[in-house]
Amino acid sequence: MALRTTPEVGGMGHSIKRKEDPRFIRGRGTYVDDVVLPGMLYLDIVRSPFAHAKILKIDTAKALAVPGVLAVITGQDLAKYNLHWMPTLMSDTQMVLPVEKVMYQAQEVAGVLATSRYAAADGVAAVEVEYEPLPVVVDPKKALLPGAPVLRTDKKDKKDNHIWHWEWGDRAATDRAMAAADVVVKEDIYIPRIHVASIETCGCVAHFDKVMDQLTVWMTTQAPHAIRTVFALVAGHVGLAEHKIRIISPDIGGGFGGKVPVYPGYVIAVAASVLTGKPVKWIEDRMENLQADSFARDYHITAELAATKDGTLTALRIKTLADHGYADAAANPSKFPAGLFHVCTGSYDLKAAHVEVDGVYTNKPPGGIAYRCSFRVTEAVHTIERMTDIMAHQLGIDPADFRMKNFIKPEQFPYKSALGWEYDSGNYAGALKLAMDKIGYADLRREQAEKRKRGELMGIGISSFTEIVGAGPSKHFDILGLKMFDSCEIRVHPTGKAIARFGTKSQGQGHETTYAQILAEELGIPAKDIQVEEGDTDTAPYGLGTYASRSTPVAGAAAAMAARKIQDKARKIAAYLLEVAPEDLVWEPGKFSVKGSPDRSKTIQDVAFAAYTNHPQGMEAGLEAVSYYDPPNLTYPFGSYICVVDVDKGTGEVKVRRFVAIDDCGNIINPMIVQGQVHGGLTMGLAPALLEEISYDEIGNIQGGSFIDYLLPTAVETPKWETGHTVTPSPHHPLGAKGVGESATVGAPAAIANAVVDALWHLGVRHIDIPITPPKVWRLLRDKGVTE
Amino acid sequence: MLVKVAINGEKHEADVEPRLLLVHLIREVFRLTGTHIGCDTTHCGACTVLLDGRAVKSCTVFAVQAHGREIMTVEGLEQDGKLHPLQEGFVAEHGLQCGYCTPGMLMTSYAFLKKHPAPTEDEIRRAISGNLCRCTGYVNIVKSIQHAAAQLQGGT
Repeated sequence: MALRTTPEVGGMGHSIKRKEDPRFIRGRGTYVDDVVLPGMLYLDIVRSPFAHAKILKIDTAKALAVPGVLAVITGQDLAKYNLHWMPTLMSDTQMVLPVEKVMYQAQEVAGVLATSRYAAADGVAAVEVEYEPLPVVVDPKKALLPGAPVLRTDKKDKKDNHIWHWEWGDRAATDRAMAAADVVVKEDIYIPRIHVASIETCGCVAHFDKVMDQLTVWMTTQAPHAIRTVFALVAGHVGLAEHKIRIISPDIGGGFGGKVPVYPGYVIAVAASVLTGKPVKWIEDRMENLQADSFARDYHITAELAATKDGTLTALRIKTLADHGYADAAANPSKFPAGLFHVCTGSYDLKAAHVEVDGVYTNKPPGGIAYRCSFRVTEAVHTIERMTDIMAHQLGIDPADFRMKNFIKPEQFPYKSALGWEYDSGNYAGALKLAMDKIGYADLRREQAEKRKRGELMGIGISSFTEIVGAGPSKHFDILGLKMFDSCEIRVHPTGKAIARFGTKSQGQGHETTYAQILAEELGIPAKDIQVEEGDTDTAPYGLGTYASRSTPVAGAAAAMAARKIQDKARKIAAYLLEVAPEDLVWEPGKFSVKGSPDRSKTIQDVAFAAYTNHPQGMEAGLEAVSYYDPPNLTYPFGSYICVVDVDKGTGEVKVRRFVAIDDCGNIINPMIVQGQVHGGLTMGLAPALLEEISYDEIGNIQGGSFIDYLLPTAVETPKWETGHTVTPSPHHPLGAKGVGESATVGAPAAIANAVVDALWHLGVRHIDIPITPPKVWRLLRDKGVTE
Repeated sequence: MLVKVAINGEKHEADVEPRLLLVHLIREVFRLTGTHIGCDTTHCGACTVLLDGRAVKSCTVFAVQAHGREIMTVEGLEQDGKLHPLQEGFVAEHGLQCGYCTPGMLMTSYAFLKKHPAPTEDEIRRAISGNLCRCTGYVNIVKSIQHAAAQLQGGT
């Protein structure tokens, strides 16, 4: 995209430095744990050691005797106000605090309120709870067997652990295509439970002012407006009205989806503040964060992919068990219980597809949320990219050639997929070709062949993913009925500076910079002169928040539309000042000039001043606009990633030697920030591919409940990412942009897994579930007799 | 117990419980909130500060252990209104996103560059391997530290 503004103005395409950075590099950010109010109390939480148990007795006497402890809040206390249960975003229910039984290890059992953080922890240690352990259901397959203990005994008439069945696509056409295919490959693919583990955990400071009847909550939330409405709907009966609730999302230390849900700790803190009239702080520690907050993924997938002998893909059939823990607390749009999993036909021109998902209850924390991924898209991409690779290997066709042959072609866009999505734009072959050139694909294949002769294990893996982001068109997308539009409100001040507020909330993505750049592009006001604010529900316009890579596609579009309203009004004012008709003016960013007389002009700053000092009679004064943008379609970023791995036959360790990522997110607002988003996304793709998993033993004890055994990649394991771009603008987004924050997380795991399997295919290995850990690989190598 | 420390050259004292963690002394008693907390197990490094010039994870040091010693936090990097080359490097190379791990990264890097003024990329990666970042993928953090090393070597 050609630059339309100077670096000083800093519109789209400029790598301007971030406006956020000056405070962060000085340690001057304000994260929620930095908020301290006079008289503030501290909440800490008693948690269950059992995965499934009856609560026989909670003895609070010793805790209440601890100096500084003021109260112990139990489910019985909340039940008096009917606040012991709360709805989930998927219209299931989950406990705030239990009255009868606990359903997972680390579940909240009671809250201890004290005058200091340490006293609250002492109080937690002194609460005595008597439990009667119950049979534990860990495996979702066993959960569905006849005779399995029924977990949700709170639901009248619930006789099993099945939550819902969902299916999409043409079953009969898919069955016919499968039966007619020359080749069908079938694989069981487990995509394990993982955790976003943002470096800042979750927490809040709730302050109920009893005099003003006003609740203010500083909270680690990605969606402050939706939270305000949820609080008003859930707690309206105890007197919380929406105009008296203010949610402030301060600086957020990483979100990635984990800060979308309402966790019980927030609700207990609010309840405690309403009851005491004092500010209450709750900050979870890392173990609480990993053990109790919403997980991601946990999909048990069986996939079948069909093709003709010559290597043309024809049909895809998927059956999945979705382990949701004890409640379906997924953060999905209401109509899509499996999220956007049905984008699983990926980048390929498949004529038939059918997908089924069954949600299952188990004795695990409720969920699931995304892990830096638009609703279940990683699950979809991992499945189709693994299956495509298996098919290519099975047919003896190079995986790159195989993809090229089956890609949706540029001329087919807009493309209607077999599962009903309308892909807006794409050039998949272009991205793969660039990735192959950049990494030297042909040379690598030659090297691999030579190494294989010597018995060395080297693999090359490709992932050519299609993302689906920017939820979404209100016709199909809502959360608890709230339509998934987003918003921007701009006020241009008399001196030509501006403030813009949004319904989204950055958690590191750099919105203060990139939104200012959009406005600089549209209005010609330098980005440095535009203040961007988000996260305060008292000041920002209503919006659904930041997740699923929706900020640029939805709120970014709202910024452009609001700016265009301002430009329209500015044109009328400029015409009045220059005494010409509005249509006789030519606009370039920052200036109107008279057609044919370029020396007669007014800058946007001139116009802004006139809007408050010399506006035309009959026109309202001021220069402000607001836009609530309802996107006509989703956007479909895509990319092709190629990964080279070496497998150590002594240890089973997989070393990522090179990784080239070509992304296409349409027009780019700030190349520096986009590259940073891709680097981070790739690292959160590497993490579940090689390191991260939360599993449970047979009695529901969490394995991976602290950073001791839940392994985030460090700088040592993380390769030096090589990135690049193609640009295929979105035809329907006002800026041609698509969103990029999650593409790399979605695309990377399959590239790594495909590379490892590629290294081992000749030994008879067809599939390895992620995370591909050294012990897992070493056992495979031992079974094949090739360990050293 | 009485704890007397100097933080960023300024003298502070407080009467604290023996079990108080250094990170809580810094953040909650002296209200210097640039130092963050990200885990309970000394893995994430968000709480890294310098204790007598050595990088330590302040969530795993008792406040009383710092008695009589010099502490430097992220707030002490900027001198007389001039940013430290590391701070400049992190901005120039986009070495931060959410900013939560940044103070710890800066302090670890500060101690590291004092001892290793001209490090290789591999040495930098090992040096910051006790500091977790979930946003950046480390590539730009490494570049930021290289940027600072070059500035410091150049004597600017």
